[in-house]
Amino acid sequence: MHLGVSESMRECEYSQISTRSSTPMETPYKKRTPKKRKWESFPGRNKFYCDGRIMMAKQTGVFYLTLVLILVTCGLFFTFDCQFLALKLTPAIPVIGGVLFLFVLGTLLRTSFSDPGVLPRATPDEAADLERQIDVANGSTGYRPPPRTKEVVINGQTVKLKYCFTCKIFRPPRASHCSLCDNCVERFDHHCPWVGNCVGRRNYRFFYMFILSLSFLTIFIFAFVITHIILRSHQNGFLKALKESPVVVCFFSVWSIVGLSGFHTYLISSNQTTNEDIKGSWSSKRGKDNHNPYSHGNIFTNCCAALCGPLPPSLIDRRGFIQSDTPQLAPPTNGITMYGATQSQQSHMCDQDQCIQSTKFVLQAAATPLLQQQSSEPVILTASPENGGSLPGRTSLTLAGPCTSLPLGQPTPPTSTPSLSCHEATDIHPLQEPLAHHHFLTPEEVPSPPGMLPCGSPMGHSHTMQASFFNPASQDSLHEDSVRGLVKLSSV
Amino acid sequence: MQGLVPTATDGNMATEFHNLQELRHSASLANKVFIQRDYSEGTTCKFQTKFPSELESRIERTLFEDTVKTLNNYYAEAEKIGGQSYLEGCLACATAYLIFLCMETRYEKVLKKIAKYIQEQNEKIYAPRGLLITDPIERGMRVIEISIYEDRGSSGSSSGSSSVSGSTAR
Repeated sequence: MHLGVSESMRECEYSQISTRSSTPMETPYKKRTPKKRKWESFPGRNKFYCDGRIMMAKQTGVFYLTLVLILVTCGLFFTFDCQFLALKLTPAIPVIGGVLFLFVLGTLLRTSFSDPGVLPRATPDEAADLERQIDVANGSTGYRPPPRTKEVVINGQTVKLKYCFTCKIFRPPRASHCSLCDNCVERFDHHCPWVGNCVGRRNYRFFYMFILSLSFLTIFIFAFVITHIILRSHQNGFLKALKESPVVVCFFSVWSIVGLSGFHTYLISSNQTTNEDIKGSWSSKRGKDNHNPYSHGNIFTNCCAALCGPLPPSLIDRRGFIQSDTPQLAPPTNGITMYGATQSQQSHMCDQDQCIQSTKFVLQAAATPLLQQQSSEPVILTASPENGGSLPGRTSLTLAGPCTSLPLGQPTPPTSTPSLSCHEATDIHPLQEPLAHHHFLTPEEVPSPPGMLPCGSPMGHSHTMQASFFNPASQDSLHEDSVRGLVKLSSV
Repeated sequence: MQGLVPTATDGNMATEFHNLQELRHSASLANKVFIQRDYSEGTTCKFQTKFPSELESRIERTLFEDTVKTLNNYYAEAEKIGGQSYLEGCLACATAYLIFLCMETRYEKVLKKIAKYIQEQNEKIYAPRGLLITDPIERGMRVIEISIYEDRGSSGSSSGSSSVSGSTAR
C-alpha cells in the first residue's frame, strides 16, 4: 500500500485487531452474534427456504394448487390411460408424456424458486445522494417538491424513469415495483400467483417454457384421453369410458393455458412485457412516433434475445453474510429524509415503521386543534376532511419524506387498470382464472374503502387524493399506511 | 455502531483486514460519489462517463474515463447477444438448466473478470489517491460508488455531514 505518511501514522496508532484472531479484547458484540445471511434481513415481503436458496412470494397457496393440479392430472393420465394406450397404440406415448411432465415440473420449480430480478434497495448513502441531487434540481426550498421523474431518450423514444419511494431509487427502464412482494423488479412482467412469484428478467424464459410445455402437455393428455375414450367406447359404453378419465380438468385448462402461451408468444416476439402491453406504453395510439425502443426489429431476434439471451446473476446475494463494518457517511441533516430514526447498517426500523410512527405522531398532533405550518417539520400531512369543518382548525399539512405517497404523477402499478380484462377476454376463453388473478390482486389488496377518501376538497392536494383513490396502494405499502392515516384523520 | 460517525471511531473498531480496507483505518471517509447508469442505449448495463466535480482535485479525468469505459465494455461483453450466448442458452434449455450446476454462465465469468479489474485499478490507481471503487454488483448494478478518503489527522474534517454538500477540494 502506498499511503506515504499514513503508513508511519498507522504504526503509532492503536493496532487493529482482526476478527479472525480471537482475543478477549475484541468488541464483544461481534463475537456473540452469529453471522447472519443477507436473506434473513431482506426488506421485501418474500419468503426464503433452504437457507436462502429458494425465494418465493409471500402468498404461496395458489402455487401448491398448481402443483396439485398438474400432479393429479398427470397421475390420473398415467394410471388409467397409459396402459391402454401403450398396448393399443405405442409405448412412446407414456414416454413422451413422462418427458413433458418432467420438463413442466422443472420449469415450474425454476420459475417459482428463482429470483425474478429483484433490485436491491438503495444504501443510505445512495439515497441521500439522490435526495441531494433532487433538492438541487428543485431549488431546495422547504416546500415539498413535485414527484420525481427523470426523462431519458432510448433509441429515439422518450421514456420516463420514476422514483420508487420504497426502494429509494430511480427505477431503470422496464422495471416496476411489485406491491405484493414489495420489491422493484427488473423488466417486470407480472406477479403470477400460480407460480407464487414475480415474473421478471431472470425467470421470464422459465415461465414461458413452463406455460409452453404445459400447453403441449395438456393438449397431449387431452388428445390421448379422447382417443382412449373413443377406443374404449367401441368396447364399452361411452359414458363409462368418460368416467375414468381426467378429461374435465384438461378441457378447461387447455383453453386458458394455450391462450396464455399464445399471448406470451406475442409479447416475446414484440419484446414487450405484460405490464407495458396492458398500459399500452408503446402503442401507436399514444402518439404518432410512439414505438417500442427495446425491440430489435424482427421477430426472430426478439425471440432469441428473450429466450436465449445471457442470464444475469441475482443482484441481491441472498446467501452472502451481512458485513457490519462498512463505513458510512453520517446521515444528512435535512429534515426531509430522516425523521427521528438513526441510520444503521441493518436498519431495524424500516421505512414502513417510520411512516407508521410519524403518521401516528401527526394524528396525535392533529387531535389537539393546532394549526401546524410545515416549515421545519419533517413530516406533515395533507388533510381535507369531507365533512367540512368537523376538524377544528384545518390542519393543513403536507406529507413529506418517507411518507411521500401521494405523488401527482401516476406511480407505476404492476397491473391495475380495469380495462385489461377486456383485453384478455377477447383472446382467451372466459373461464380464464389465472389472468384475472394476475391483474386484480393489486386493487384487492387495498384495505381502505374508496368511498371514505375525501373528494372535491378545496385543498390543493385533493387531486392527489383522488389519484391515490384510483391506484390506492400501487406499489408502496407506505401508501396504504398513510392513506389509512389520512382516512382516520378525516373521520375525526 | 461503526460508520455513523466516521471521524474518530474508525480506529477503535475491530474490523476484518483486507488489503484495501486498511485504507479505511488510516484515513476517514469523507464523501462518496455515485456514478449513475446511462440508459440512453436501453437496459444494457452502461455507466455515465461524465466526470464528477468532486473528483476533480483527486484524479485525472482520463484515468477515470478509461476505468468507466473499460467497465462498460466488460458489461457489454457480458450481455452481448450473439452466437455464444445462443449456444449457451440452447444447451442450457436442452439440459433443463442442470448444466449450470457444473458450469458457470458467461455473465458470471465476465463478472469475475470485472471484480479482478476493479481490484487492480483500486490498488494501482485509486488507493494511492485516496479513492476506492466499489464493484457495481454490490450496489445492484445501479451505481459505481467511489469513496473519497481523507488522511486522518489532516484537517478537522469532517464527517460526512459537512462535506456532503461541498466538494472535498482542499
